[in-house]
Amino acid sequence: MRTAEFVAAVAIALFSLYLMWKSGEGPSWDPDAVRFANIGINVNNEGPGSGFWPFWLSLAMLVSSVAIMVRCALRISPLARSRDVYLDSQGKKMFALVGGGLLLFLLLIEIVGFYGAMPVFLFAYIRFLGKHPWWLALAIAVGVPVFCFFFFDIAMRIVLPKQYLEPLFLPLYEIFL
Amino acid sequence: MEVVQLLFEGVWAALQPLNLGLAFLGVVIGLFVGAMPGLGSVNGVAILLPFTFVIQQVTGSVSSPMIFLAAIYYGAMYGGAISSITLGIPGASTAVATTFDGRPMALQGNADRALVIAAVASFVGGTISNILFTGAAPLLASVALRFGNPEVFALMLLAFATFVGLGGDDIPKTIVSICFGLIMSAVGFDIISGAPRLLLFDSTEWFSRGIQFLVLAIGVYGIGEMLWTIRSSRNTIKMTSAQISMKRIVRALLWFRSCWKGTLIGSFLGFFVGILPAAGATPGALMAYGVTKMVSPRRRHFGSGEVDGIAAPESANNAASTGAMLPMMTLGIPGSPTTAVLLAGMVIWGLQPGPLLFTDNPEFVWPLIGSFYISNVIAVVVNLACIPLFLRVLRMPFSILSSLIFVLSVVGTYAAYQNMYDVWLMMFFGIGAFLLRILDYPLAPAVLAIVLGPIAEPTLRQSLLLSDGSWMIFIERPIAGPITICAIILLLLPLAGLLWRLRRRA
Repeated sequence: MRTAEFVAAVAIALFSLYLMWKSGEGPSWDPDAVRFANIGINVNNEGPGSGFWPFWLSLAMLVSSVAIMVRCALRISPLARSRDVYLDSQGKKMFALVGGGLLLFLLLIEIVGFYGAMPVFLFAYIRFLGKHPWWLALAIAVGVPVFCFFFFDIAMRIVLPKQYLEPLFLPLYEIFL
Repeated sequence: MEVVQLLFEGVWAALQPLNLGLAFLGVVIGLFVGAMPGLGSVNGVAILLPFTFVIQQVTGSVSSPMIFLAAIYYGAMYGGAISSITLGIPGASTAVATTFDGRPMALQGNADRALVIAAVASFVGGTISNILFTGAAPLLASVALRFGNPEVFALMLLAFATFVGLGGDDIPKTIVSICFGLIMSAVGFDIISGAPRLLLFDSTEWFSRGIQFLVLAIGVYGIGEMLWTIRSSRNTIKMTSAQISMKRIVRALLWFRSCWKGTLIGSFLGFFVGILPAAGATPGALMAYGVTKMVSPRRRHFGSGEVDGIAAPESANNAASTGAMLPMMTLGIPGSPTTAVLLAGMVIWGLQPGPLLFTDNPEFVWPLIGSFYISNVIAVVVNLACIPLFLRVLRMPFSILSSLIFVLSVVGTYAAYQNMYDVWLMMFFGIGAFLLRILDYPLAPAVLAIVLGPIAEPTLRQSLLLSDGSWMIFIERPIAGPITICAIILLLLPLAGLLWRLRRRA
């Protein structure tokens, strides 16, 4: 846990530095803008500039993350003293399966659309991760997309992307819309 | 006396079958969108706004569509608590504070009690604020009218100070969380100068629209918290199956006596915070939670299933939702995101929100106020009657529930913004939130911060513009001053505690 806490604090500190750098950027249409000219409290007598808010907040975030690092290094924080593992082997497996599954789900949406990806994700998740009977997995994997189609596409007129499966839905639109 | 007579006429109009039906339908839809993680009152109201033109055409009345939308707003305030308690995921940002004690109570096997307390506290909060709304409308509006940018920013500061001083989480981590949310709210365009800024990784397609509140909120609560729950439960913990019967509901009602204090604090504080322009129900509920915790003799038990910890935010979010209607109707300034949508609706229906509304359109105002009372009664009855139904959610195996929540989170994010960038961003936020959650980073402050950021930043910058860059503007103004000082004291509270402990050790 101690290493994980330290690494996370370093990552946050680096991200804060990046945000500070980014906050100081002038607008893209003004190539002459000096970096960090927009973070002052009274820029050109027009009050705080566009970078004022994010810059100083990023600095506060940087200071806090350094504080976390220091406490961690000195073993003051409870996590730095804890003997728990950040993610044990089972936790890692769970994270890889569920987190990876979710990313695959989104990738699949980009290819076969919501109504192609949803049944695959639900069936795989419920049948193989949840170890529920196949008929239950199948019922949910079919039921949820059907409900979503009528709720979003038909009732709310929010058309969810279909990607390559678009042609299959044209007859349905003819009937219900 | 005139007010009483107008109110009776308004209630009578709201009781007409058509308006009553619309209020009932609105409440049921509101309960559903409120309970659905990712959908809140603002989504429900915004999505259904186009449908109200049909209602207006059919009924020929301007108050009927508004009664319908206001009922959704009300219902969602009740509904948010349902998922906060039974799932541990706030159904809407307004119910974030309800998870703090509602979830632990449900895990102890008292989900029914938590739900009954939430419903009754909501009812009391709603009713008290309705009475305040009706009675003190002109007076309170004039107080809110005096709030300028420094006052609103001082209030925002107080909301964050509450988190740092009273949140009970690791303080540097809380600050990281708040700053992260506030910075994310600044991504996209600077609304004052119009300059693009913080286009992370120089990607215009991903970040030029800014980062929407729901993207972070659904990521954190729909994905991050779910992953965290799976990790900590390892799929072995069965959700507590709560016994439910009329007898238990009645017994839970008796429990309500012990949380009158939280309910009253929540009702009055919530109403007042709701009135403040743009503050709304979320900070109202969080502040009510913080204040109730501060004054309670049982403050040590907060966070582990304390009844006052449910009653305070639940009465506050209902009270605030009515409070938020006040500046919207009397001044034309929305008091919350949802009332901003309602305001847009009123303009489209041909009304002119502002001080003249009460004199020019009494046929709109009074039936609407009457419907607040009616919707409140409908909501508490439907909510209590449906508790067994909500508890079924708990009995669902977690692997099925989590898969449904993942799918709803993805679909909900898409439905809200209709582009895949936001869905991917939501997923990255969710996974990041999970990795930080293990390290005890509190995530609610980030979610609150991204909501309040777009209000806090302009008010701060305009205040500083007004004062030529002097921070004293927040101390010297008669209303902002005390609020700022309260916030500073709260911010320094943990430091004082640290010094105290060091001295005692020495």
